[in-house]
Amino acid sequence: MTSQAAFRTALLDPEAPTPAGLITPEGATATRRFDVYRNNVAVSLAEALETAFPVLHKLVGDAFFRAMAGVYLRRHPPRSPLMMGYGAELPDFLQGFAPAQSLPYLPDVARLELALGQAYRAADAAPVDPAALAALPEHTLPRLRIGFAPALRLVASNHPVHGIWAANAAGGGKPVPRAETALVTRPGFDPMVDALTPDQGRILAALVDGAPLGDALHTGGPAVDVGPLLAVLLQRGAITSLTAEEPGP
Amino acid sequence: MFDACPRHSLPALPGVGYKPQHFSAIMADAGPVGWLEIHAENYMGAGGQPRAQLRHLSDRFPVSVHGLGLSIGGEGGLDPDHLARLKTLCDWLQPASFSEHLAWSSHGDAFLNDLLPLPYTAATLDRVCAHIDQVKDVLGRQMLLENPASYLAFADSEMEETDFLSQVARRTGCGLLLDVNNVFVSATNLRQAPQAYIDAFPLDAVGEIHLGGHDEDSDETGAPLMIDSHGRDVADPVWALLDETLDRIGPKPVLIEWDTDVPDWPVLADAAQRAAAALQKVSA
Repeated sequence: MTSQAAFRTALLDPEAPTPAGLITPEGATATRRFDVYRNNVAVSLAEALETAFPVLHKLVGDAFFRAMAGVYLRRHPPRSPLMMGYGAELPDFLQGFAPAQSLPYLPDVARLELALGQAYRAADAAPVDPAALAALPEHTLPRLRIGFAPALRLVASNHPVHGIWAANAAGGGKPVPRAETALVTRPGFDPMVDALTPDQGRILAALVDGAPLGDALHTGGPAVDVGPLLAVLLQRGAITSLTAEEPGP
Repeated sequence: MFDACPRHSLPALPGVGYKPQHFSAIMADAGPVGWLEIHAENYMGAGGQPRAQLRHLSDRFPVSVHGLGLSIGGEGGLDPDHLARLKTLCDWLQPASFSEHLAWSSHGDAFLNDLLPLPYTAATLDRVCAHIDQVKDVLGRQMLLENPASYLAFADSEMEETDFLSQVARRTGCGLLLDVNNVFVSATNLRQAPQAYIDAFPLDAVGEIHLGGHDEDSDETGAPLMIDSHGRDVADPVWALLDETLDRIGPKPVLIEWDTDVPDWPVLADAAQRAAAALQKVSA
């Protein structure tokens, strides 16, 4: 009997012998024929990764990417038939993948590409009118709570993660060496990436966690002007609600 | 030719496997294409462009939902989360048809992203029938089950694939999706006559036909080994097999599948036109 457990193990292990009981029309062991399934699995998973991580692919080149994918897909086969989410463990995998250690920004680039995929298929949401924020009385702003579109993602990095991504995906210039937080939004159907400073990124992360604006500002330090951050969020349609509470008695 | 409610059954016309890059062309002029098929798993996100396009398409065309990930032949139980996602999609879209494969693709916690083969035994038959009954209970609709493309055989098999499918259809009441390219690929690979497979197939259960392209390779003995790739034109012997099949069963919904190296719309529309001509020949 050929169990699916034995079949599965041999599919993912190129060194394993063909499982017993799989035969050619002549009754011989179906070695080359089993390899068709082996090849289908490895190639389809590697291609899924290539589709989901195009900038990573460009950064490391075809040969490196294929070799890396071959190791990854055997260590982390998909755990769900939803292939759109495949590769979720790739950033952490790259962190520990010895051949990738000379490019320490790769895990963050992979995180950004995962975030782009999540934003692409996130739930739709109606943004607030960009004028709504300016219309709020100023004394209510410290207690303002902001609701965000489900597509919004933040990728904080010690590297210029936005710059590296933009230089390779969007024809941007040479990245400036600095820490950046990438902001992913989806104004229409196409996700967009903007660069935030680490301080802006911390403020936004606090707002996303539900902190009122006044509290969130403390996480960014006193020198941060929150205006440009709110402007980009409004422009990208990333704000879906503004809840301004009157100060308590 | 059409039902009273055209979006709720597949018409006996050519359909194509939908690819997002063809959205504008299809909405402008679908030519001979009368319905579309989507891969269920690509539309299980919460929102965004895939769902928006699908909403527009389903206003204009009957849509068939074709699953790739249910692992109906799996030794373990069906994944309840995946079944629930399918139900959510079908409840939202109200498709004209739902189909899946006689294959397995998940084992333990791994999804292997391929349609893997099954031994045709009494135990497999019981399992597949139980899973199809479960799908029907959850989705509240009957499904079509597709014959696989095979590269090898199992020493354990106790019956022919056509007998197996006949029994599945009889025991569960499900319909069958006859993939004529898979018939050609499997028959070539297993040294059988494709016509004999069609002769033995329970043709009265066929609710849909698939056509696709295959690649030609060879095994270690130099014998031909056909690979079901969906990456090129439908081969001439497969078109001939379609004609023979339609002669026997009359017009059916016929799908052109093209999933890799996807061509521009006019190439797909040409293939659909050829399917339209084949259907025309057998229309009263």
